[in-house]
Amino acid sequence: MSDASGGIAVGSLLLALLGGAMRVSTPFLFVSLGECITEKSGRINLGLEGTLVFGAMSGYGVAYLTGSPWLGILAAGGSGLLLGVMHGLLCSLPRVNDIAVGIAMMLFGTGLAFFLGKPLIQPVAPTLPSLVLGGWSSNTQIQEALRINVLLPIGIVLAFALRWAFVHTRWGLALRLVGDNAAAARALGYPVIPVRIAATAVGGFLAGIGGAFLSLYYPGSWNEGLSSGQGLMAVALVIFARWDPVRCALAALLFGAAGALGPALQSQGMTSGYYLFNAAPYVLTLILMSMSWSSGRSLAGAPGELSLVNR
Amino acid sequence: MVRFLIQPPCLRRWFSDMDGTLVGANGQTPGRDAISLAAIGVSKCFGELQALDDVSMQVDAGSFHCLLGENGAGKSTLVKCLVGYYRPDQGNFLIDGREYEVRNPRDAQHLGIGMVYQHFTLAPGLTVAENLLLARGDLPFVLDWKREKTGLSEFMAQMPFRLELGAQVADLAAGEKQKLEILKQLYLRRRLLILDEPTSVLTPAEADEVLGMLHGMTRAGQLTVLMITHKFREVTAYGDVVTVLRRGRPAGTGRVNSTSVEQMAEMMVGTHIHVAVERSQGRAPDAEPGPVRLQIEALQAENDRGTPAIRQFALQVRAGEMVGVAGVSGNGQKELIEVLLGQRAAISGNILVDGEPYQATRVQMRQHGVYSLPEEPLKNACVPGMSVAENMALRNFDLPPVSLGWETGWHVRPAQLNRRARELVEMFGVRPADPSLPIASLSGGNVQRAVLARELAQPVRLLIVANPVFGLDFAATETIHRRLAEARNGGAAILLVSEDLDELLELSDRILVMSEGVIVYEVTADSAERAVIGRYMAGHETHDKELVC
Repeated sequence: MSDASGGIAVGSLLLALLGGAMRVSTPFLFVSLGECITEKSGRINLGLEGTLVFGAMSGYGVAYLTGSPWLGILAAGGSGLLLGVMHGLLCSLPRVNDIAVGIAMMLFGTGLAFFLGKPLIQPVAPTLPSLVLGGWSSNTQIQEALRINVLLPIGIVLAFALRWAFVHTRWGLALRLVGDNAAAARALGYPVIPVRIAATAVGGFLAGIGGAFLSLYYPGSWNEGLSSGQGLMAVALVIFARWDPVRCALAALLFGAAGALGPALQSQGMTSGYYLFNAAPYVLTLILMSMSWSSGRSLAGAPGELSLVNR
Repeated sequence: MVRFLIQPPCLRRWFSDMDGTLVGANGQTPGRDAISLAAIGVSKCFGELQALDDVSMQVDAGSFHCLLGENGAGKSTLVKCLVGYYRPDQGNFLIDGREYEVRNPRDAQHLGIGMVYQHFTLAPGLTVAENLLLARGDLPFVLDWKREKTGLSEFMAQMPFRLELGAQVADLAAGEKQKLEILKQLYLRRRLLILDEPTSVLTPAEADEVLGMLHGMTRAGQLTVLMITHKFREVTAYGDVVTVLRRGRPAGTGRVNSTSVEQMAEMMVGTHIHVAVERSQGRAPDAEPGPVRLQIEALQAENDRGTPAIRQFALQVRAGEMVGVAGVSGNGQKELIEVLLGQRAAISGNILVDGEPYQATRVQMRQHGVYSLPEEPLKNACVPGMSVAENMALRNFDLPPVSLGWETGWHVRPAQLNRRARELVEMFGVRPADPSLPIASLSGGNVQRAVLARELAQPVRLLIVANPVFGLDFAATETIHRRLAEARNGGAAILLVSEDLDELLELSDRILVMSEGVIVYEVTADSAERAVIGRYMAGHETHDKELVC
């Protein structure tokens, strides 16, 4: 090949992007799956950013205290569940707006996590194991790129399971009914408020696990700058994915790759301007949102009860 | 009165399910088990308002019973008490001669009583099959879609009209949604079906199809039907017995074949009124049609889902002429009105008013005198939280004499605004006659009157009207029709889009039929024939989602 050097650079950049996508996408994946469940019930939980940060802190703390990252994951999920229940209960009060509560919950979750997490900045907790899928290759770069965390395959399986469950289980149908037309659900005797609280709680559980990934795998420590808005971007991602869990997974990988663009370019020896590429996920969010919102049309596939849908 | 602890019809139904197949999963007729219903001395108050006052009525098993009455006569309250939405203050209901306490809609459902509401109780984001299954309510945790689809197909095969099981409800036309509502109740094997104005969104042919089928089921003894309606035609064609309510009290009851339409109407409104549908309000025969006011050329627009709703649409409305657009809802009428009112952007085509391009800006509306009474005026023409007076000033709050100041005036004078509102309220009979109330607190008919008052108080040269009397009672319908005819006789051009063919036949000078976003038929009112119009409304292309058997 005549442009061998250029080819290698592009190849390794793509590898770095792939590896980055695998690494960075997991929190997007879990938060977006959680948000997908919540939004299917007709509510938006913008507080998942707070849930993510709080999950990261509590997961890290428990993993440090017990020595088991898995207990950390469970604790993160559990604390996310509690925050979800809190959001769900608050929104069930009359004339309470879910978006406003979400913003309050976001501030509450991050604030509480920073407050309780002060003593956790120094200690080192055990991290989650990873799966090495690149053993067949002698290329260290490929090995590195294919070293994935265990949560990623779990999340992808979960995405397919959710897509199936939305159509093939009683709970899935009831969830969609409640999110699509609450009056009809009431008329048919399905409990609207409890379904929504449960959906928000499960959404919180998954978002908490997404947070634990941040502190227990990558970057793998607890500090206050851990999350960079993944929880909020995941909300945009769900809309982009049209409330389909499998498309959520694909979109999460896309966002992961965008997030890996800056570091990948840096590792390629780019010294100036890579900060600009660090903004790629945010730019991507803006582009996708403006693409998916066209004027004069309602969003296909949107749950009818969602406060961002006019019908 | 003795209260029975067990509920024999329930048990009977249960046993019949045992030797039959799965509950509700196939439409096997559950034998002859239409049930009878009696209301005895039912009263219900809402605060000061006595909605029902000692109402008694008898609905025989297997009969087709019509419940007539003006808006606010208590029809809906009565059936809502019956299906458990309200608890009556006094009185009780007998089902098959036994008294039951119906505490909530679930109780009514267990007794085999189902209700089809005026508004749809479907989940638009779900499919037809999913909506049917969710209504059944006894789903296993994991659904066996293959088996359910087979069961549903078998059920559909027995029905006189069919819907595609996999279709999304949001994509169905209003008529199809209404059919699905009825199918849902039949799927649940109701033995007493209550219908609240079921045909308001159907073509005459569809209405005949639906009511004819229900009528057949009553004849076979499978079903008792209690139907709330405004349409005398349906009562005379399908009803066995009619009960009329007036102001919460029974005003009369009788067998349909021995009660004339005039008698029913008299019972409804309490005085003798003229009800025959005739062109009493057509244009004066000597009037010449004026110059073209509204001209639409090759208009194209999309619906909310981005699929074409109006295709190569063209029409003309002349001064002093009322042009009626008939059609089944969901054939582009809504989008047409929205484009004309500036609520929706057209893809291509021209709208000319007085020969000039028209984009529905406020300036152009004033310049050409284009005003409108859109459907659902509370949503499309009002600010619900503002007072009646403020809503009535939306057209002219920034003009003298309501406001003063430079050019268009930026100081609104509340005294002027209220004075004008009081005049209009008086003139158009808006009730309650207090312009300071929020407009959302008014009944539908009064919102309609208030908006019409506002629009007609302007110098109207072109009036765009959509379903102006939807859900209104006799008196309100009468006033609004009279006002529209007066405006037309005064020289205004009127475009009247309506799903009510009687209304169009009564008022219009020319009738166009809209189907699939285009005009498919045009006829002058003098030579219009209901059956021909109905055929064009139901144009075969319209029903591609439905297999006609």
